[in-house]
Amino acid sequence: MEISLLSICYLIGSVTFIIGLKMLSHPETARKGNLIAAGGMSLAIFGTIFLYKDGGEGLHNYGWIFAALVIGTLVGTVAAKKVKMTAMPEMVSLFNGMGGACAALISVIEFQHYFRVSGIHGDQATVGIAIGTLLTIFAGVIIGSISFAGSIIAWGKLNGSIKDFSFKGQQITNIVLFVGILVVSGYLITNIDFTNLYLFYFVLVAALVYGVLFVLPIGGADMPVVISLLNSFTGVAAACGGFLYNNQVMLTGGILVGAAGTLLTILMCKAMNRSLLNVLIGSFGGNAAGNSQQAVQGNFKEISVSDAAVCMAYAHKVIIVPGYGLAVAQAQHVCHELEKLLTDKGVEVSYAIHPVAGRMPGHMNVLLAEADVNYDKLQEMEQANDQFKNTDVVLVLGANDVVNPAAKNDPASPIYGMPILEVELAKTVIVNKRSMKPGYAGIENALFFQPKTSMLFGDAKAALQKLVAEIKTV
Amino acid sequence: MQTILDWISAHNAIIYIVILMIFLGIEVISRVPSVLHTPLMSGANAIHGVVIIGAIIVMGRAESDNYVALILGFLAVILGTLNVVGGFVVTDRMLEMFKKKK
Repeated sequence: MEISLLSICYLIGSVTFIIGLKMLSHPETARKGNLIAAGGMSLAIFGTIFLYKDGGEGLHNYGWIFAALVIGTLVGTVAAKKVKMTAMPEMVSLFNGMGGACAALISVIEFQHYFRVSGIHGDQATVGIAIGTLLTIFAGVIIGSISFAGSIIAWGKLNGSIKDFSFKGQQITNIVLFVGILVVSGYLITNIDFTNLYLFYFVLVAALVYGVLFVLPIGGADMPVVISLLNSFTGVAAACGGFLYNNQVMLTGGILVGAAGTLLTILMCKAMNRSLLNVLIGSFGGNAAGNSQQAVQGNFKEISVSDAAVCMAYAHKVIIVPGYGLAVAQAQHVCHELEKLLTDKGVEVSYAIHPVAGRMPGHMNVLLAEADVNYDKLQEMEQANDQFKNTDVVLVLGANDVVNPAAKNDPASPIYGMPILEVELAKTVIVNKRSMKPGYAGIENALFFQPKTSMLFGDAKAALQKLVAEIKTV
Repeated sequence: MQTILDWISAHNAIIYIVILMIFLGIEVISRVPSVLHTPLMSGANAIHGVVIIGAIIVMGRAESDNYVALILGFLAVILGTLNVVGGFVVTDRMLEMFKKKK
């Protein structure tokens, strides 16, 4: 009776995941979709706790389970509620890492469990595990560990505490390490006994190291792609657990996310016009950047706040291009204020959103929505590119690589071929940046040296506040 | 060869699920607008938190004198809960800001 009830819980859970994911891909239904999936998840979790039977016996250790659930729920809710909008991408990465670690731990415990049971029964020569089980345990520990270590590195990179790092021969080291993991696992799966058990822990450590080395050389601009990829890895790791326990809801949820995550990763790469392989090998900033840089030299001119204010207040049409600089400075509210002020003065204002502006696709939309910016004011890249030539002033707020003309006309540039916002078509371009430092791709931007471009240096929030104050007096 | 064939026929249902889910996963999100990429990634992140069920099973089956399993299992349930709860709450917060304000 309980078992059939539990399978119904799992069935409902699986269906809600599919419906939830479907609804998440449409703006009107997205929020409801998330809640439906959360409801299905709760049903599956509580179903497991109360109805799961293992050889006719229910689960025990309820005290531990509930304590862990309460701790996880409290910490998770507080962390998710407290995190700033700008820090959400790294938060997602961190949560993804937790899932990967969970999958890896399950494999470790199962492995340890089989080894212990075989030991107790005095069967010292061989460990009593079927090959299929061993295979899923190894897959779980390898994929889970890579996902965990990689996500933590991605998290550190996004919040700035870990810098890009690569050494000579890193590609080779990675390949050797990965092949090593596969060979040792393959050997263990077919020949495991009590003399070589310790090699399992070698695989665990090697997978963690691989996860670190895999993400470390990849540039910060590519982190969204990496997080999305690691997200689908964790999905597959969860599915391994599904195999292990013959558990349909883990299997459906895991594979669903694995497949959807992989597609999402490819869609993100497409938005940057790069292949996944190109992102992963991490050629960014390394060899290619050297030869393209000498092309960009010259003088840039600065503009004062009052000049910028006059320039914008008397324009007919202004397009704002937000980027990561706006996000870190938390300048979305004052940006909206500027937009309202200009609109009141009869200026036509809109926003041009590059698909990968900020740190994640859709990052800018989320931020501007938080500041109550009207949906209709946001223009997608193609739309905006048609309009730049009729635009008087483009205000670039902390965006760099997504407006770099090198992507169009410098085949040697590492970002060549990436679709960009063609802001240089407008009559005047005002660029707000903290300094002349290159953006995340680590390359110079010829736009800043063009005669029609003026630089307005400073933190986006401070600069916009001054600009707003100045425009009020115009 | 025989073992592989046996394995496939023994796990027929699971193999069907895997194949169908791969197609479904791709189909379901193939027409997502780029605005929703971040929330979708976050939502998918929460869904793979289903791995917590494995952690609960492991924890609930551990013998009460197997301290390694108890401690690691406890940790696994905490991490899994963080993934699920944190994932859904963050996604909800993101989507909350998309609602139409007139």
